Amino acid sequence: MAKLFAVTIIIIAIASAVPIVMHTWEPPKDISVHGKLIDEQFSETMVEAGACFLAAQLILGFFIWKFSDRPREEKIKSFPGGARGLVAAAVIIVGAEVMALGAFGTKAWASIYFTPPAPDATQVQVQAGQFAFYFRYPGPDGKFGPIHPEQISEATENFYGLDTTHDPDSKDDIVTAEMAVPVNRDVHLLMHAKDVGHSFFVRELRIQQDFVPGLDLSVHFTPTEIGRYEIVCTQLCGLGHYNMKAYLDVMSQQDFDAWLKKQAALQ
Amino acid sequence: MHNMSEPVVHQHTAPTGFIRKYVFSLDHKVIGEQYYGLALVAVYIGLVLSWVMRIHLAWPNAAIPGLQLLSKTGAPGGVLTPEYYLQLMTMHGTIMVFFVLTTAPFAGFGNYFLPIQVGAEDMPFPHLNMMSFWVTFVAFCVAISAFFVPQGPPLSGWTAYAPLSALGQVAGPGQGTGQVLWAVSIALFCVGQLLGSLNFISTTLDMRCKGMSLMRLPLSTWAWFITSCIGLTAFAVLMPACILLILDHVAGTSFFIASNLVVNDQLQPHAGGSTLLWQHLFWFFGHPEVYIAIVPAMGVVSHVLITNMRRPLLSSRVIIYSMVSIAFLSYMVYGHHMFVSGMNPFSSLAFSFPTLAITIPATIIVLIWIGSLYGSKLRINSASLFALGFVSMFVSGGISGFFLAQPSIDILLHATYFVVGHFHLVMAVAALFGIFAGTYFWFPKVTGRMMNETLGRIHFWVTFVGAYCIFMPFHYLGMAGNVRRYQAFVDDFMAPLMPVHKFITIAALITGAAQIVFLYNLIHSRFWGKTAPLNPWEATSLEWSTPSSPPPFDNFGGKLPVVYHDPYQYGIEGATNDFVMQTDPAQINSPRDEK
Amino acid sequence: MATTVHEPPKVTRDGPRPPSSSGGGRGSSSSPGSSLRVEDSSPASRTGVWVGLAAITMTFAAFTSAMIIRQGSSYDWQHFTLPPVLYFDTAVLLASSVTLELARKRVGAFLHGSQTQRSSGSTFLWLTLVLGLVFVGGQYAAWLQLRSEGLYLATNPSSSFFYLFTALHALHILGGLAGLTLVLWRFSKPRPTLQVSTLSTVSYYWHFMDVLWVYLLLLLWARI
Repeated sequence: MAKLFAVTIIIIAIASAVPIVMHTWEPPKDISVHGKLIDEQFSETMVEAGACFLAAQLILGFFIWKFSDRPREEKIKSFPGGARGLVAAAVIIVGAEVMALGAFGTKAWASIYFTPPAPDATQVQVQAGQFAFYFRYPGPDGKFGPIHPEQISEATENFYGLDTTHDPDSKDDIVTAEMAVPVNRDVHLLMHAKDVGHSFFVRELRIQQDFVPGLDLSVHFTPTEIGRYEIVCTQLCGLGHYNMKAYLDVMSQQDFDAWLKKQAALQ
Repeated sequence: MHNMSEPVVHQHTAPTGFIRKYVFSLDHKVIGEQYYGLALVAVYIGLVLSWVMRIHLAWPNAAIPGLQLLSKTGAPGGVLTPEYYLQLMTMHGTIMVFFVLTTAPFAGFGNYFLPIQVGAEDMPFPHLNMMSFWVTFVAFCVAISAFFVPQGPPLSGWTAYAPLSALGQVAGPGQGTGQVLWAVSIALFCVGQLLGSLNFISTTLDMRCKGMSLMRLPLSTWAWFITSCIGLTAFAVLMPACILLILDHVAGTSFFIASNLVVNDQLQPHAGGSTLLWQHLFWFFGHPEVYIAIVPAMGVVSHVLITNMRRPLLSSRVIIYSMVSIAFLSYMVYGHHMFVSGMNPFSSLAFSFPTLAITIPATIIVLIWIGSLYGSKLRINSASLFALGFVSMFVSGGISGFFLAQPSIDILLHATYFVVGHFHLVMAVAALFGIFAGTYFWFPKVTGRMMNETLGRIHFWVTFVGAYCIFMPFHYLGMAGNVRRYQAFVDDFMAPLMPVHKFITIAALITGAAQIVFLYNLIHSRFWGKTAPLNPWEATSLEWSTPSSPPPFDNFGGKLPVVYHDPYQYGIEGATNDFVMQTDPAQINSPRDEK
Repeated sequence: MATTVHEPPKVTRDGPRPPSSSGGGRGSSSSPGSSLRVEDSSPASRTGVWVGLAAITMTFAAFTSAMIIRQGSSYDWQHFTLPPVLYFDTAVLLASSVTLELARKRVGAFLHGSQTQRSSGSTFLWLTLVLGLVFVGGQYAAWLQLRSEGLYLATNPSSSFFYLFTALHALHILGGLAGLTLVLWRFSKPRPTLQVSTLSTVSYYWHFMDVLWVYLLLLLWARI
């Protein structure tokens, strides 16, 4: 049975590695500027983790095979180098590798979080609420009007609680159910939570950020490919969480301007 | 008998009467069995919940017969509603993490065997110990009662993030009474565990028999001791969090609820609270909690492996120091659950480094285990199979953690099935394998009978292969972008992944069925199993030197043991067998024999 | 392939080797009439009480950080003046620690046989108990004072934390009072069944409640 177990471990280890090597299930294609760094980090980690995984499982299997069912008179042997050697290996090889990856990975993180949005970035605000995303563009005046929470009403479709009568900045705000942005231009996404915690995730953009009720935060990114992408909520927000999604349309600058004009007319 | 200034409060005479013997028992062994029994009930409830969830995920419109009896509104005609899926998911996580993974390996085995392994008659505070079980039991009842209130259990997940968990009924079904019951249950659970930790720590430090220095303690004892130290600080932080949550519900306070929140077009009256405060408090507990789940399993697995390899580990000291390092580091890493939570991005980087560093002691432990296999004389039985399986599972689950430890990669994998795969492999599978290994190993000592070895091996094989079939694919799903905590997948993006979900569900049902084999084996062997010899595994630690199986009420039959060696004197030339028990006065010239 | 073959350790059977170090802490053995320090108690109870106090410390530490974060998360914190009765209460609690120490010496001496009168020990125990009850009464008075100012639990985060901290501390004091009652009851029996370790445990706990209160008072004074 020991040998069967050893073989099973090895088969499972190799079988687990097959879909990775064959790229069967992979993250969708990256369409962002900073995504390249993340994907590189991911590949590098996969190679090192994969090597450690296979080595550990294969050696475990091999040792189970070799050192089971041994006759009673056999002597116990110790692994060469003993505990000291293994501790050294763990600290020096694994430790160094792991910390190095961590250190290099800071670059990808920094490129998203420690860089300011471009001065000409497209400004969009997204509001997450049970169970939909609504987007808002500042309009020609470039300013977002204030949100009046007590005036938010799904019934009258005043999703942002805007008071266009008394707030001049709100007059030209454009509220939409889908998000469109021009390609190859930075997007500055302001994030506002209406009720509970939500999260903004676009896989292809390599952007995921929680909304925090009470804290208005923002992220910025530059999409590099035209297309239609899913925006999904990834923080449990209630019974409709599974269905809380919107779409991001990345378009040419021309198409975007046309789209925005059309949306403005619908307000 | 005791060389102490005052007698410890234990029973000088055996308890009499059914209530004192089996219900309100002061005997740590009975309390351990009660905890294990509680965990056994809890795990099957949690297992059934997971079946319901998996069936629904693969076939969202399937009617699960009988479910409507549990909740007419939650599962009309047996078909799960979206909210009820989340409610069952919440209870699945809560029951499994608290009432199984914290209870069985730590409170169950620890209560039973820690005093015996240190050479004591009982724990120093038996009344507190008894209270700790009954408080935990009440906590369990309160949690289960959430199923039976009108709107059912909460749907905010076992992590209960605010403000969803704090706003009350307006935020969703089950968020009123259900959530409050949840918080009360968990707060009570914390109290129970704190009382338990008190006993574990005092027993380890103060109740060791003659000759039992700290370095001569078995690794399982060390693991329980370290776990109880972690638990002391971790549970003492979760309890305040639950109290604040309850106050937000019933007293109108705003600890976690920010201003200007609008739910269902209604402006909420709360103001000024901090959303992230809940996450900080919860994860400060939550991360050490997962080590509370795994460290006892590491101790049990070490113990079982050594006995079945017929040789000590390359270094027990290194294992002990590594477990201590893990415990120490566990407090510095909790922010890795919050990389994209909106906390300061510098904090995210700060948390990622200790998270990566914790790989090192974990790797050391795994390498010592694997390295000790070299040159050993490995014996295969149900216990050692599960112990070896643990090593494989822990490697798999641990390595996926390596991805999640890096904030930049976490952007892609956070809240996907990758995370679910990771924590199920290390907790649900690895920690559970530790529980199984301990069960098969110690069953003869607790009951005086052997478990059926054939059934044990069947249980092992189906569970080992099945668990990989279930949880390895979770990682692929996550990488492909499959988001977690969705009751169904309703779009084209997910369509190509549905066959994977179906495969997983079938694997889950088969693997779950094998757990029935285990239950049958457990119960049948308890009453009709083959009589066990006193030391069936030819093991050396103190539990195998008790005069009977099960041990007498005072563990050693009136005479405390004296210890002459460390617990892992295997492979001894000149011994009658290839091992020397801790209580054997025979002198050994081994450089490895700990003093 | 070079392998390290350990010469298997040999077993000799020439009598038991004396265990090198004694096992886990044994308390010093007592004999009646010896000059014992009053704080003599079984090591297990000492460990136990320190462990318990560690848990309580962590709990209050968690609440402290909750308060600090809550204060910083929003601009709605309204400071208010602490009811003056709290300062009186502090003096009461500190006094009770003094009386408890006086009690401990006398009770311990009686239990060890070096004193035959137990009335003075009893008196100081009762005094401690009464002072503890006065303390709790004072807390209640403080709450009434706040209520008269319109400050209830949910009125403002500052009042929320005030009630929370003082109520939790008072709850622990009640636990301490239960311990003191137990001590008094066992000591007052014709043949006292009180153990020195119980008295020590209760005393450590009570003094800690004192220290905790001083910490809370400073915290509330500085930040409320």
